[in-house]
Amino acid sequence: MNTQMKTEQFSVVRNTTTSRGAAVVTAMILIALISVPFWAGRADLRMIIEFAYYLSLAQMWNLLAGYAGLVSIGQQAFVGLGGYMLFVLAIYFNVPPIMAVFLSGLIVALFAIPTALTVFRLRGAYFAIGTWVVAEVYRLGFAQVTTLGGGSGQSLPASIVREIGSGRSEREMIIYFTALFIAVASIGLVYWLLRSKHGLSLTAIRDSEAASDSLGVDIFKTKLAVYVISAGITGVVGALIFLQKLRISPDAAFNLQDWTAAVIFIVVIGGIGTIEGPIIGTLIYFILRGVLADYGSVYMIVLGVVAVVMMLKAPQGVWGFLSKKYDLHLFPVHRRLKAKDELE
Amino acid sequence: MSKLKIQNLTAGYGDFQALFGIDLELNAKETVAIIGSNGAGKSTFMRSIAGLLKNTPDAVQFKGENIGDLPANKVVEKGIALVPEGRRLFPSLSVEENLLMGAYSKRKGPWNLNRIYELFPILKEKRNNPGTALSGGQQQMVAIGRALMSNPELLLCDEISLGLAPTTVKDIYKAFPAIQEDGTTVLVVEQDINQAMAVSDRIYCFQEGRVSLEGKPGEVSKDDIKAAYFGM
Repeated sequence: MNTQMKTEQFSVVRNTTTSRGAAVVTAMILIALISVPFWAGRADLRMIIEFAYYLSLAQMWNLLAGYAGLVSIGQQAFVGLGGYMLFVLAIYFNVPPIMAVFLSGLIVALFAIPTALTVFRLRGAYFAIGTWVVAEVYRLGFAQVTTLGGGSGQSLPASIVREIGSGRSEREMIIYFTALFIAVASIGLVYWLLRSKHGLSLTAIRDSEAASDSLGVDIFKTKLAVYVISAGITGVVGALIFLQKLRISPDAAFNLQDWTAAVIFIVVIGGIGTIEGPIIGTLIYFILRGVLADYGSVYMIVLGVVAVVMMLKAPQGVWGFLSKKYDLHLFPVHRRLKAKDELE
Repeated sequence: MSKLKIQNLTAGYGDFQALFGIDLELNAKETVAIIGSNGAGKSTFMRSIAGLLKNTPDAVQFKGENIGDLPANKVVEKGIALVPEGRRLFPSLSVEENLLMGAYSKRKGPWNLNRIYELFPILKEKRNNPGTALSGGQQQMVAIGRALMSNPELLLCDEISLGLAPTTVKDIYKAFPAIQEDGTTVLVVEQDINQAMAVSDRIYCFQEGRVSLEGKPGEVSKDDIKAAYFGM
Protein backbone atom coordinates (compact mmCIF):
# COMPACT_ATOMS: atom_id res chain seq x y z
CA MET A 1 0.00 0.00 0.00
CA ASN A 2 1.97 2.96 -1.22
CA THR A 3 0.15 6.22 -0.71
CA GLN A 4 1.49 9.02 -2.84
CA MET A 5 0.03 12.46 -3.20
CA LYS A 6 1.28 14.00 -6.41
CA THR A 7 2.13 17.64 -6.67
CA GLU A 8 3.94 19.07 -9.65
CA GLN A 9 7.50 18.41 -8.55
CA PHE A 10 7.15 16.46 -5.36
CA SER A 11 5.46 13.41 -4.02
CA VAL A 12 4.40 12.87 -0.45
CA VAL A 13 5.36 9.35 0.58
CA ARG A 14 4.93 7.68 3.91
CA ASN A 15 6.22 4.16 3.49
CA THR A 16 9.82 3.34 4.27
CA THR A 17 11.88 0.21 3.58
CA THR A 18 11.46 -0.74 7.25
CA SER A 19 7.69 -0.33 7.02
CA ARG A 20 7.51 -2.55 3.95
CA GLY A 21 9.54 -5.18 5.80
CA ALA A 22 7.25 -4.75 8.80
CA ALA A 23 4.19 -5.32 6.62
CA VAL A 24 5.61 -8.66 5.47
CA VAL A 25 6.47 -9.69 9.06
CA THR A 26 2.99 -8.58 10.24
CA ALA A 27 1.38 -10.73 7.55
CA MET A 28 3.50 -13.73 8.62
CA ILE A 29 2.61 -13.23 12.29
CA LEU A 30 -1.04 -12.98 11.33
CA ILE A 31 -0.89 -16.25 9.40
CA ALA A 32 0.83 -17.89 12.38
CA LEU A 33 -1.87 -16.54 14.71
CA ILE A 34 -4.62 -17.88 12.47
CA SER A 35 -3.09 -21.35 12.74
CA VAL A 36 -2.76 -21.24 16.56
CA PRO A 37 -6.19 -22.76 17.50
CA PHE A 38 -5.37 -25.85 15.42
CA TRP A 39 -2.29 -26.83 17.41
CA ALA A 40 -2.00 -24.81 20.64
CA GLY A 41 -3.37 -25.65 24.07
CA ARG A 42 -6.36 -24.04 25.76
CA ALA A 43 -4.23 -21.90 28.10
CA ASP A 44 -2.25 -20.45 25.20
CA LEU A 45 -5.45 -19.70 23.35
CA ARG A 46 -6.90 -17.87 26.36
CA MET A 47 -3.72 -15.86 26.79
CA ILE A 48 -3.73 -14.75 23.15
CA ILE A 49 -7.43 -13.80 23.45
CA GLU A 50 -6.58 -11.68 26.49
CA PHE A 51 -3.58 -10.23 24.67
CA ALA A 52 -5.84 -9.32 21.74
CA TYR A 53 -8.38 -7.49 23.85
CA TYR A 54 -5.78 -5.61 25.85
CA LEU A 55 -4.09 -4.62 22.60
CA SER A 56 -7.41 -3.35 21.21
CA LEU A 57 -8.19 -1.42 24.41
CA ALA A 58 -4.69 0.07 24.33
CA GLN A 59 -5.02 1.13 20.69
CA MET A 60 -8.30 2.87 21.52
CA TRP A 61 -6.96 4.63 24.61
CA ASN A 62 -3.91 5.67 22.61
CA LEU A 63 -6.12 7.10 19.86
CA LEU A 64 -8.04 9.02 22.48
CA ALA A 65 -5.18 10.29 24.66
CA GLY A 66 -2.16 10.03 22.38
CA TYR A 67 -3.74 11.57 19.31
CA ALA A 68 -6.82 13.52 20.34
CA GLY A 69 -5.31 14.65 23.66
CA LEU A 70 -8.38 13.34 25.53
CA VAL A 71 -6.80 11.75 28.61
CA SER A 72 -9.68 9.64 29.88
CA ILE A 73 -9.44 7.49 32.99
CA GLY A 74 -13.00 6.32 32.56
CA GLN A 75 -12.79 3.92 29.61
CA GLN A 76 -14.01 1.15 31.95
CA ALA A 77 -17.42 2.81 31.48
CA PHE A 78 -17.49 1.56 27.89
CA VAL A 79 -15.98 -1.84 28.64
CA GLY A 80 -18.70 -2.34 31.26
CA LEU A 81 -21.46 -0.97 29.05
CA GLY A 82 -20.34 -3.25 26.22
CA GLY A 83 -20.41 -6.24 28.55
CA TYR A 84 -23.87 -5.43 29.88
CA MET A 85 -25.25 -4.71 26.41
CA LEU A 86 -24.09 -8.17 25.32
CA PHE A 87 -26.05 -9.73 28.19
CA VAL A 88 -29.12 -7.59 27.49
CA LEU A 89 -29.11 -8.31 23.74
CA ALA A 90 -28.41 -12.03 24.13
CA ILE A 91 -30.79 -12.71 27.04
CA TYR A 92 -33.70 -10.36 26.36
CA PHE A 93 -33.57 -9.88 22.60
CA ASN A 94 -32.29 -13.32 21.54
CA VAL A 95 -29.53 -11.79 19.41
CA PRO A 96 -26.91 -14.43 18.49
CA PRO A 97 -23.94 -13.84 20.87
CA ILE A 98 -21.24 -12.99 18.29
CA MET A 99 -23.59 -10.59 16.51
CA ALA A 100 -24.48 -9.14 19.93
CA VAL A 101 -20.78 -8.42 20.55
CA PHE A 102 -20.64 -6.08 17.57
CA LEU A 103 -24.12 -4.66 18.11
CA SER A 104 -23.09 -3.82 21.70
CA GLY A 105 -20.32 -1.64 20.31
CA LEU A 106 -22.85 0.30 18.27
CA ILE A 107 -25.07 0.87 21.31
CA VAL A 108 -22.06 1.89 23.42
CA ALA A 109 -21.11 4.41 20.72
CA LEU A 110 -24.61 5.88 21.05
CA PHE A 111 -24.19 6.06 24.85
CA ALA A 112 -20.86 7.82 24.27
CA ILE A 113 -22.53 10.81 22.61
CA PRO A 114 -24.40 12.16 25.69
CA THR A 115 -21.40 11.11 27.82
CA ALA A 116 -19.13 13.21 25.62
CA LEU A 117 -21.47 16.19 25.76
CA THR A 118 -21.14 16.03 29.55
CA VAL A 119 -17.40 15.44 29.96
CA PHE A 120 -16.34 17.68 27.06
CA ARG A 121 -17.34 20.64 29.21
CA LEU A 122 -14.28 19.83 31.29
CA ARG A 123 -10.63 20.31 30.37
CA GLY A 124 -7.36 18.58 31.22
CA ALA A 125 -7.25 17.01 34.68
CA TYR A 126 -10.92 17.85 35.25
CA PHE A 127 -11.82 15.98 32.07
CA ALA A 128 -9.88 12.93 33.33
CA ILE A 129 -11.64 12.96 36.69
CA GLY A 130 -14.97 13.64 34.97
CA THR A 131 -14.65 10.50 32.83
CA TRP A 132 -13.90 8.48 35.96
CA VAL A 133 -16.95 9.89 37.71
CA VAL A 134 -19.14 9.01 34.72
CA ALA A 135 -17.81 5.43 34.81
CA GLU A 136 -18.68 5.23 38.53
CA VAL A 137 -22.17 6.52 37.78
CA TYR A 138 -22.62 3.73 35.22
CA ARG A 139 -21.28 1.16 37.73
CA LEU A 140 -23.64 2.30 40.49
CA GLY A 141 -26.50 2.57 38.00
CA PHE A 142 -26.14 -1.02 36.75
CA ALA A 143 -25.84 -2.25 40.35
CA GLN A 144 -29.42 -1.01 40.83
CA VAL A 145 -30.85 -2.97 37.89
CA THR A 146 -32.15 -6.15 39.47
CA THR A 147 -33.11 -7.75 36.14
CA LEU A 148 -29.39 -7.72 35.31
CA GLY A 149 -28.42 -9.26 38.63
CA GLY A 150 -28.02 -6.03 40.61
CA GLY A 151 -24.80 -5.66 42.59
CA SER A 152 -23.90 -9.34 42.48
CA GLY A 153 -24.26 -9.66 38.72
CA GLN A 154 -25.35 -12.64 36.64
CA SER A 155 -24.12 -15.45 34.42
CA LEU A 156 -24.86 -16.02 30.78
CA PRO A 157 -27.51 -18.79 30.61
CA ALA A 158 -26.25 -22.16 29.34
CA SER A 159 -28.59 -22.05 26.35
CA ILE A 160 -26.95 -18.85 25.13
CA VAL A 161 -23.47 -20.21 25.79
CA ARG A 162 -24.35 -23.18 23.56
CA GLU A 163 -25.36 -20.73 20.83
CA ILE A 164 -21.74 -19.59 20.52
CA GLY A 165 -20.66 -23.11 19.67
CA SER A 166 -21.69 -26.62 20.60
CA GLY A 167 -18.50 -27.72 22.35
CA ARG A 168 -16.09 -25.88 24.60
CA SER A 169 -13.21 -26.00 22.15
CA GLU A 170 -15.44 -24.76 19.33
CA ARG A 171 -16.60 -21.86 21.50
CA GLU A 172 -13.04 -20.94 22.36
CA MET A 173 -12.01 -21.08 18.74
CA ILE A 174 -14.86 -18.76 17.72
CA ILE A 175 -14.02 -16.31 20.51
CA TYR A 176 -10.34 -16.54 19.55
CA PHE A 177 -10.99 -15.58 15.94
CA THR A 178 -13.37 -12.80 16.98
CA ALA A 179 -10.71 -11.40 19.35
CA LEU A 180 -8.06 -11.64 16.65
CA PHE A 181 -10.34 -9.88 14.17
CA ILE A 182 -11.11 -7.08 16.65
CA ALA A 183 -7.40 -6.55 17.45
CA VAL A 184 -6.39 -6.43 13.78
CA ALA A 185 -9.36 -4.19 12.97
CA SER A 186 -8.46 -1.81 15.81
CA ILE A 187 -4.90 -1.43 14.55
CA GLY A 188 -6.17 -1.12 10.98
CA LEU A 189 -8.71 1.51 11.95
CA VAL A 190 -6.18 3.66 13.82
CA TYR A 191 -3.67 3.26 10.97
CA TRP A 192 -6.26 4.25 8.35
CA LEU A 193 -7.55 7.14 10.45
CA LEU A 194 -4.10 8.58 11.05
CA ARG A 195 -3.10 8.32 7.41
CA SER A 196 -6.22 10.18 6.38
CA LYS A 197 -6.64 13.94 6.40
CA HIS A 198 -8.29 13.52 9.80
CA GLY A 199 -5.08 12.04 11.20
CA LEU A 200 -3.11 15.14 10.34
CA SER A 201 -5.76 17.36 11.87
CA LEU A 202 -5.87 15.17 15.01
CA THR A 203 -2.15 15.62 15.54
CA ALA A 204 -2.51 19.33 14.82
CA ILE A 205 -5.29 19.66 17.42
CA ARG A 206 -3.10 17.90 20.00
CA ASP A 207 -0.29 20.36 19.25
CA SER A 208 -2.34 23.58 19.19
CA GLU A 209 -6.10 23.85 19.34
CA ALA A 210 -6.17 27.56 18.51
CA ALA A 211 -3.97 27.18 15.42
CA SER A 212 -5.97 24.17 14.16
CA ASP A 213 -9.21 26.02 14.74
CA SER A 214 -8.08 28.99 12.68
CA LEU A 215 -7.06 26.67 9.82
CA GLY A 216 -10.59 25.33 9.51
CA VAL A 217 -10.53 22.25 11.75
CA ASP A 218 -13.77 21.73 13.65
CA ILE A 219 -12.19 20.73 16.94
CA PHE A 220 -15.37 19.75 18.75
CA LYS A 221 -16.60 17.49 15.94
CA THR A 222 -13.20 15.88 15.47
CA LYS A 223 -12.81 15.13 19.17
CA LEU A 224 -16.38 13.92 19.44
CA ALA A 225 -15.86 11.56 16.49
CA VAL A 226 -12.68 10.15 18.06
CA TYR A 227 -14.37 9.77 21.45
CA VAL A 228 -17.39 7.98 19.98
CA ILE A 229 -15.32 5.68 17.72
CA SER A 230 -13.00 4.83 20.60
CA ALA A 231 -15.95 4.17 22.92
CA GLY A 232 -17.67 1.98 20.31
CA ILE A 233 -14.64 -0.26 19.77
CA THR A 234 -13.97 -0.34 23.53
CA GLY A 235 -17.59 -1.47 23.91
CA VAL A 236 -17.08 -4.29 21.37
CA VAL A 237 -14.00 -5.40 23.33
CA GLY A 238 -15.96 -5.20 26.59
CA ALA A 239 -18.71 -7.39 25.14
CA LEU A 240 -16.12 -9.92 23.99
CA ILE A 241 -14.39 -9.95 27.38
CA PHE A 242 -17.63 -10.87 29.15
CA LEU A 243 -18.61 -13.34 26.45
CA GLN A 244 -15.39 -15.14 27.28
CA LYS A 245 -15.89 -14.80 31.05
CA LEU A 246 -19.58 -15.85 30.77
CA ARG A 247 -20.35 -13.86 33.90
CA ILE A 248 -20.75 -10.14 34.58
CA SER A 249 -21.04 -7.95 37.68
CA PRO A 250 -20.81 -4.17 38.06
CA ASP A 251 -17.50 -4.38 39.93
CA ALA A 252 -15.89 -6.57 37.28
CA ALA A 253 -17.42 -4.72 34.34
CA PHE A 254 -16.57 -1.17 35.44
CA ASN A 255 -13.19 -2.01 36.96
CA LEU A 256 -10.79 0.93 36.82
CA GLN A 257 -7.69 -1.12 37.50
CA ASP A 258 -8.33 -3.85 34.91
CA TRP A 259 -9.72 -1.85 32.03
CA THR A 260 -8.12 1.58 32.32
CA ALA A 261 -5.10 1.62 34.70
CA ALA A 262 -3.52 -1.44 33.04
CA VAL A 263 -4.28 0.00 29.60
CA ILE A 264 -2.69 3.35 30.47
CA PHE A 265 0.37 1.44 31.75
CA ILE A 266 0.58 -0.44 28.44
CA VAL A 267 0.34 2.71 26.30
CA VAL A 268 2.72 4.81 28.40
CA ILE A 269 5.36 2.05 28.63
CA GLY A 270 5.05 1.16 24.94
CA GLY A 271 4.98 4.71 23.62
CA ILE A 272 2.04 7.08 23.55
CA GLY A 273 1.05 8.66 20.25
CA THR A 274 2.35 5.79 18.11
CA ILE A 275 0.64 2.69 16.71
CA GLU A 276 3.64 0.51 17.55
CA GLY A 277 3.70 1.66 21.21
CA PRO A 278 0.55 -0.18 22.39
CA ILE A 279 1.73 -3.39 20.68
CA ILE A 280 5.09 -3.29 22.46
CA GLY A 281 3.44 -2.13 25.69
CA THR A 282 1.02 -5.09 25.65
CA LEU A 283 3.96 -7.47 25.11
CA ILE A 284 5.87 -5.92 28.04
CA TYR A 285 2.78 -6.03 30.26
CA PHE A 286 2.16 -9.71 29.51
CA ILE A 287 5.82 -10.63 29.99
CA LEU A 288 5.98 -8.80 33.35
CA ARG A 289 2.72 -10.36 34.43
CA GLY A 290 3.93 -13.82 33.47
CA VAL A 291 7.28 -13.45 35.20
CA LEU A 292 5.83 -11.91 38.36
CA ALA A 293 2.67 -14.03 38.55
CA ASP A 294 3.85 -15.96 41.61
CA TYR A 295 4.98 -12.98 43.67
CA GLY A 296 1.61 -11.58 44.78
CA SER A 297 1.60 -7.90 45.62
CA VAL A 298 5.23 -7.51 44.52
CA TYR A 299 3.80 -7.70 40.99
CA MET A 300 1.96 -4.39 41.38
CA ILE A 301 4.97 -2.75 43.05
CA VAL A 302 7.24 -3.76 40.16
CA LEU A 303 4.72 -2.50 37.60
CA GLY A 304 4.61 0.82 39.47
CA VAL A 305 8.40 1.09 39.61
CA VAL A 306 8.69 0.28 35.89
CA ALA A 307 6.13 2.97 35.09
CA VAL A 308 7.86 5.61 37.24
CA VAL A 309 11.34 4.80 35.88
CA MET A 310 10.06 4.90 32.30
CA MET A 311 8.41 8.26 32.83
CA LEU A 312 11.62 9.68 34.26
CA LYS A 313 14.09 8.14 31.84
CA ALA A 314 12.14 7.66 28.60
CA PRO A 315 8.82 9.49 28.77
CA GLN A 316 8.21 8.77 25.10
CA GLY A 317 8.04 5.01 25.92
CA VAL A 318 10.01 2.06 24.60
CA TRP A 319 8.88 2.53 21.02
CA GLY A 320 9.29 6.30 21.14
CA PHE A 321 12.87 5.78 22.33
CA LEU A 322 13.70 3.13 19.71
CA SER A 323 12.07 4.91 16.79
CA LYS A 324 13.88 8.13 17.60
CA LYS A 325 17.23 6.43 18.06
CA TYR A 326 17.07 4.25 14.96
CA ASP A 327 14.57 6.30 12.89
CA LEU A 328 12.20 3.31 12.72
CA HIS A 329 8.62 3.56 11.48
CA LEU A 330 6.80 0.27 11.22
CA PHE A 331 3.38 1.82 10.69
CA PRO A 332 4.34 5.15 9.13
CA VAL A 333 1.66 7.79 9.36
CA HIS A 334 3.94 10.79 8.88
CA ARG A 335 4.11 12.33 5.47
CA ARG A 336 7.61 12.64 4.06
CA LEU A 337 8.24 14.72 1.01
CA LYS A 338 10.51 13.46 -1.71
CA ALA A 339 11.46 15.18 -4.95
CA LYS A 340 10.47 13.09 -7.99
CA ASP A 341 14.04 12.11 -8.83
CA GLU A 342 14.51 10.80 -5.28
CA LEU A 343 11.59 8.43 -5.70
CA GLU A 344 12.26 4.77 -6.31
CA MET B 1 -17.72 47.92 -1.52
CA SER B 2 -15.16 47.37 1.19
CA LYS B 3 -13.68 43.92 1.65
CA LEU B 4 -13.76 44.05 5.43
CA LYS B 5 -15.88 46.35 7.52
CA ILE B 6 -15.54 46.49 11.28
CA GLN B 7 -18.31 48.30 13.11
CA ASN B 8 -18.32 49.12 16.78
CA LEU B 9 -16.27 46.05 17.69
CA THR B 10 -15.93 45.43 21.40
CA ALA B 11 -14.04 42.46 22.76
CA GLY B 12 -12.36 41.24 25.91
CA TYR B 13 -11.54 38.33 28.14
CA GLY B 14 -14.04 37.73 30.93
CA ASP B 15 -14.40 40.93 32.92
CA PHE B 16 -11.50 42.58 31.13
CA GLN B 17 -12.50 44.68 28.14
CA ALA B 18 -9.73 45.07 25.57
CA LEU B 19 -11.50 46.79 22.67
CA PHE B 20 -13.97 49.68 22.91
CA GLY B 21 -16.00 50.16 19.73
CA ILE B 22 -13.45 49.83 16.93
CA ASP B 23 -14.48 50.98 13.43
CA LEU B 24 -12.22 50.05 10.55
CA GLU B 25 -12.50 49.41 6.82
CA LEU B 26 -10.33 47.55 4.37
CA ASN B 27 -10.73 47.81 0.61
CA ALA B 28 -9.98 44.94 -1.73
CA LYS B 29 -6.28 44.44 -2.56
CA GLU B 30 -5.29 46.95 0.08
CA THR B 31 -2.61 46.41 2.71
CA VAL B 32 -3.36 48.03 6.03
CA ALA B 33 -1.12 48.07 9.08
CA ILE B 34 -2.20 48.40 12.69
CA ILE B 35 0.37 49.81 15.04
CA GLY B 36 0.21 50.40 18.75
CA SER B 37 2.03 49.68 21.97
CA ASN B 38 1.75 46.49 24.02
CA GLY B 39 -1.75 46.04 25.41
CA ALA B 40 -3.36 48.37 22.87
CA GLY B 41 -5.69 45.54 21.76
CA LYS B 42 -4.12 44.75 18.39
CA SER B 43 -3.95 40.98 18.83
CA THR B 44 -7.42 40.90 20.39
CA PHE B 45 -8.64 42.70 17.29
CA MET B 46 -7.02 40.13 14.97
CA ARG B 47 -8.38 37.25 17.05
CA SER B 48 -11.87 38.76 16.85
CA ILE B 49 -11.77 38.94 13.05
CA ALA B 50 -10.40 35.38 12.82
CA GLY B 51 -13.31 34.09 14.90
CA LEU B 52 -11.21 33.10 17.91
CA LEU B 53 -13.23 35.58 19.98
CA LYS B 54 -16.98 35.70 19.48
CA ASN B 55 -18.78 38.94 18.63
CA THR B 56 -22.10 40.25 17.49
CA PRO B 57 -22.73 39.14 13.86
CA ASP B 58 -22.60 42.62 12.33
CA ALA B 59 -19.44 43.73 14.15
CA VAL B 60 -17.41 42.01 11.43
CA GLN B 61 -18.60 42.16 7.83
CA PHE B 62 -16.61 40.34 5.15
CA LYS B 63 -17.63 41.00 1.54
CA GLY B 64 -20.93 42.34 2.85
CA GLU B 65 -21.69 39.25 4.94
CA ASN B 66 -21.98 39.35 8.73
CA ILE B 67 -19.42 36.95 10.14
CA GLY B 68 -18.81 38.35 13.64
CA ASP B 69 -20.37 35.35 15.37
CA LEU B 70 -18.82 32.61 13.21
CA PRO B 71 -16.32 30.23 14.81
CA ALA B 72 -12.73 30.32 13.53
CA ASN B 73 -13.08 27.16 11.45
CA LYS B 74 -15.97 28.73 9.51
CA VAL B 75 -14.22 32.09 9.15
CA VAL B 76 -11.31 30.44 7.33
CA GLU B 77 -13.77 28.85 4.90
CA LYS B 78 -15.02 32.35 4.06
CA GLY B 79 -11.48 33.28 3.00
CA ILE B 80 -9.79 34.83 6.02
CA ALA B 81 -6.52 33.31 7.23
CA LEU B 82 -4.60 34.24 10.36
CA VAL B 83 -0.85 34.09 10.89
CA PRO B 84 -1.07 33.99 14.67
CA GLU B 85 1.16 35.82 17.09
CA GLY B 86 3.91 33.47 18.26
CA ARG B 87 3.52 31.44 15.02
CA ARG B 88 1.91 28.43 16.74
CA LEU B 89 3.39 25.78 14.47
CA PHE B 90 2.50 22.16 15.13
CA PRO B 91 5.60 20.67 16.79
CA SER B 92 4.70 17.06 15.97
CA LEU B 93 4.37 17.81 12.28
CA SER B 94 7.06 18.39 9.68
CA VAL B 95 7.34 21.67 7.76
CA GLU B 96 5.54 19.98 4.89
CA GLU B 97 2.72 18.70 7.11
CA ASN B 98 2.34 22.11 8.72
CA LEU B 99 1.86 23.57 5.26
CA LEU B 100 -0.57 20.81 4.27
CA MET B 101 -2.64 21.61 7.35
CA GLY B 102 -3.11 25.08 5.88
CA ALA B 103 -4.97 23.51 2.96
CA TYR B 104 -7.46 21.86 5.32
CA SER B 105 -10.32 24.13 4.28
CA LYS B 106 -9.83 23.07 0.61
CA ARG B 107 -10.40 26.57 -0.74
CA LYS B 108 -9.46 26.91 -4.38
CA GLY B 109 -6.88 29.51 -5.41
CA PRO B 110 -3.38 30.20 -6.63
CA TRP B 111 -1.45 28.90 -3.61
CA ASN B 112 -0.08 25.39 -3.41
CA LEU B 113 3.07 23.72 -2.05
CA ASN B 114 5.18 24.61 -5.07
CA ARG B 115 4.28 28.29 -4.91
CA ILE B 116 5.04 28.40 -1.19
CA TYR B 117 8.46 26.88 -1.92
CA GLU B 118 9.03 29.47 -4.64
CA LEU B 119 8.15 32.18 -2.15
CA PHE B 120 10.33 30.74 0.63
CA PRO B 121 12.93 28.45 -1.02
CA ILE B 122 14.55 27.58 2.32
CA LEU B 123 11.38 25.72 3.33
CA LYS B 124 11.87 23.33 0.42
CA GLU B 125 15.23 22.30 1.85
CA LYS B 126 13.80 21.92 5.34
CA ARG B 127 10.57 20.27 4.27
CA ASN B 128 11.09 17.06 6.26
CA ASN B 129 12.30 18.79 9.43
CA PRO B 130 9.98 19.26 12.37
CA GLY B 131 8.51 22.75 12.09
CA THR B 132 9.86 23.75 15.46
CA ALA B 133 13.45 22.70 14.65
CA LEU B 134 13.73 25.73 12.34
CA SER B 135 15.07 29.18 13.17
CA GLY B 136 12.55 31.82 14.27
CA GLY B 137 12.48 33.47 10.85
CA GLN B 138 12.00 30.17 9.05
CA GLN B 139 9.22 29.24 11.45
CA GLN B 140 7.53 32.53 10.62
CA MET B 141 7.80 31.65 6.93
CA VAL B 142 6.07 28.33 7.65
CA ALA B 143 3.33 30.16 9.55
CA ILE B 144 2.78 32.57 6.63
CA GLY B 145 2.97 29.73 4.10
CA ARG B 146 0.49 27.70 6.12
CA ALA B 147 -1.98 30.58 6.15
CA LEU B 148 -1.52 31.15 2.40
CA MET B 149 -2.21 27.48 1.71
CA SER B 150 -5.85 28.17 2.59
CA ASN B 151 -5.95 30.58 -0.38
CA PRO B 152 -7.28 33.51 1.64
CA GLU B 153 -8.77 36.67 0.23
CA LEU B 154 -7.79 38.41 3.45
CA LEU B 155 -4.53 37.57 5.21
CA LEU B 156 -4.17 38.61 8.84
CA CYS B 157 -0.56 38.81 10.07
CA ASP B 158 -0.19 39.27 13.79
CA GLU B 159 3.22 40.59 14.89
CA ILE B 160 5.24 38.61 12.37
CA SER B 161 8.46 40.49 13.21
CA LEU B 162 8.24 39.84 16.94
CA GLY B 163 11.48 38.43 18.34
CA LEU B 164 13.24 38.29 14.97
CA ALA B 165 16.47 39.93 13.85
CA PRO B 166 15.95 43.01 11.62
CA THR B 167 17.54 41.29 8.59
CA THR B 168 15.24 38.31 9.03
CA VAL B 169 12.24 40.63 9.23
CA LYS B 170 13.32 42.21 5.94
CA ASP B 171 13.58 38.77 4.30
CA ILE B 172 10.06 37.93 5.41
CA TYR B 173 8.59 41.21 4.22
CA LYS B 174 10.28 40.67 0.84
CA ALA B 175 7.61 38.05 0.22
CA PHE B 176 4.80 40.58 0.59
CA PRO B 177 4.74 41.96 -2.96
CA ALA B 178 4.19 38.42 -4.30
CA ILE B 179 1.28 37.98 -1.88
CA GLN B 180 -0.21 41.37 -2.76
CA GLU B 181 0.19 40.72 -6.50
CA ASP B 182 -2.40 37.96 -6.28
CA GLY B 183 -4.94 40.46 -5.07
CA THR B 184 -4.85 39.27 -1.48
CA THR B 185 -5.97 41.91 0.98
CA VAL B 186 -3.55 42.09 3.89
CA LEU B 187 -3.96 43.33 7.42
CA VAL B 188 -0.77 43.40 9.48
CA VAL B 189 -0.26 44.15 13.14
CA GLU B 190 3.22 45.52 13.61
CA GLN B 191 5.11 47.15 16.47
CA ASP B 192 7.88 48.24 14.14
CA ILE B 193 6.47 51.53 12.88
CA ASN B 194 8.95 51.95 10.01
CA GLN B 195 8.19 48.46 8.75
CA ALA B 196 4.46 49.13 9.01
CA MET B 197 4.78 52.37 7.03
CA ALA B 198 6.91 50.71 4.34
CA VAL B 199 4.56 47.82 3.65
CA SER B 200 1.11 49.38 3.92
CA ASP B 201 -1.28 51.61 1.99
CA ARG B 202 -2.86 52.90 5.17
CA ILE B 203 -2.18 52.65 8.87
CA TYR B 204 -4.35 52.61 11.96
CA CYS B 205 -2.92 53.26 15.40
CA PHE B 206 -4.56 51.62 18.42
CA GLN B 207 -4.31 52.97 21.92
CA GLU B 208 -5.98 51.36 24.93
CA GLY B 209 -8.53 49.54 22.80
CA ARG B 210 -9.52 52.50 20.63
CA VAL B 211 -8.44 53.82 17.23
CA SER B 212 -6.25 56.83 17.96
CA LEU B 213 -5.09 57.58 14.41
CA GLU B 214 -5.87 56.67 10.84
CA GLY B 215 -4.06 57.79 7.71
CA LYS B 216 -1.76 57.13 4.79
CA PRO B 217 1.93 56.57 5.58
CA GLY B 218 3.02 59.64 3.60
CA GLU B 219 0.41 61.89 5.17
CA VAL B 220 0.82 61.33 8.90
CA SER B 221 3.67 63.05 10.68
CA LYS B 222 6.00 61.53 13.24
CA ASP B 223 4.45 63.74 15.90
CA ASP B 224 0.95 62.52 15.01
CA ILE B 225 2.13 58.93 15.39
CA LYS B 226 3.95 59.65 18.65
CA ALA B 227 0.83 61.23 20.08
CA ALA B 228 -1.41 58.42 18.88
CA TYR B 229 1.03 55.69 19.94
CA PHE B 230 1.88 56.89 23.41
CA GLY B 231 -1.13 59.13 24.11
CA MET B 232 1.14 62.08 24.58
